[in-house]
Amino acid sequence: MIPPESWIVFFEWCEATFLGRVVRESIWMFPIIEALHLTALCLIGGAILVVDLRLLGFGLTNQRPSALARHVRPWLMAGLAVMLSTGVLLFLSEAIKCFYNTSFWVKMMTLPVALTFTFVIRARALDGLDTSARSRAIGFASIALWFTVAAAGRWIGYS
Amino acid sequence: MIHEFLEWLGSTEWSVRLLESYYVWPLMESTHVLTLALFVGTAVMMDLRLVGFAFRGVPVSAFTHRLLPWTRLGFAIMLVTGLLLFYSSPLRYYYNLFFRIKVILLIVAGFNIWWFHSRIHRSLEEWENEFRAPRAARMAGVVSLVVWTGVVFSGRLVAYNWFDCDIQPQPDWVNWAAGCRIEPDEVAQEGATLLEVTTGISVTSEGS
Repeated sequence: MIPPESWIVFFEWCEATFLGRVVRESIWMFPIIEALHLTALCLIGGAILVVDLRLLGFGLTNQRPSALARHVRPWLMAGLAVMLSTGVLLFLSEAIKCFYNTSFWVKMMTLPVALTFTFVIRARALDGLDTSARSRAIGFASIALWFTVAAAGRWIGYS
Repeated sequence: MIHEFLEWLGSTEWSVRLLESYYVWPLMESTHVLTLALFVGTAVMMDLRLVGFAFRGVPVSAFTHRLLPWTRLGFAIMLVTGLLLFYSSPLRYYYNLFFRIKVILLIVAGFNIWWFHSRIHRSLEEWENEFRAPRAARMAGVVSLVVWTGVVFSGRLVAYNWFDCDIQPQPDWVNWAAGCRIEPDEVAQEGATLLEVTTGISVTSEGS
């Protein structure tokens, strides 16, 4: 799953950027940014799972799914902001490695799907959902999508 | 004695197999990391409610009764995968400074949980519907948020060998905190200067 070889020019440019060089040449920056990336994973994971578990009929079942989604929204957005900025920094520091990394491309293709699913499909469906089969399907799909993003992300480091 | 026990533990067949496995170790590690989203994720949601940062109008008992079982499930997975990862390389982790910090933070987190459930949780019915929880409950939430963030950070940094015993010289406090078994060599013992003592050390632990 490697894109056209001509794209490598862009990845080489990314790796040569100022931020990419700063992170790559520092001993401690990459690990600290990684740790921040993981902290954001906890925040996003909690904010996503509280709603998805509810859609599956578990967790905070005495609350409406739409109300839960509203409660966690600022924290989900904060988590995504940290996740995205740290993710970009990690990418810039090793862009060429990412270009040849299948896990990276799996993540880059599922991430927009997961984001669109959460902020368009799930968000629109939340008002009418309680514990119907449809709400369970949406909860399950959300967990599956975000799991794929996270698992592919972890696997970038192994492949 | 701990050193000898862990040395033996790391030499057992399954420990060696686990460490050398091509897929099992990474899968174990990935499960450990991804379960953070379930374990710390749901714990953080309850902390945000306790501190008063989110979930206005949601009673605290909804979290302790309904969400906490999922937090516990997450913890069980973290514990099993964590113990297996430790088992794969006991001495490496035992002498790792970040691992030691992580263990201390886990003890603090455990004490905080005990404190919450044994003291604060008893009077839950009196205040669980008020968005502003009692001071002690808010404190427990803040401590939890800070300590678990510390656990995530130190846990991630365990992978780096910056302060490992076989990388010398290190500052004295690092060798002390990491438990490095360092014996001044013969030259140093013959009354050398302080500088020579710190650079002329030999490491006897198998801390890598």
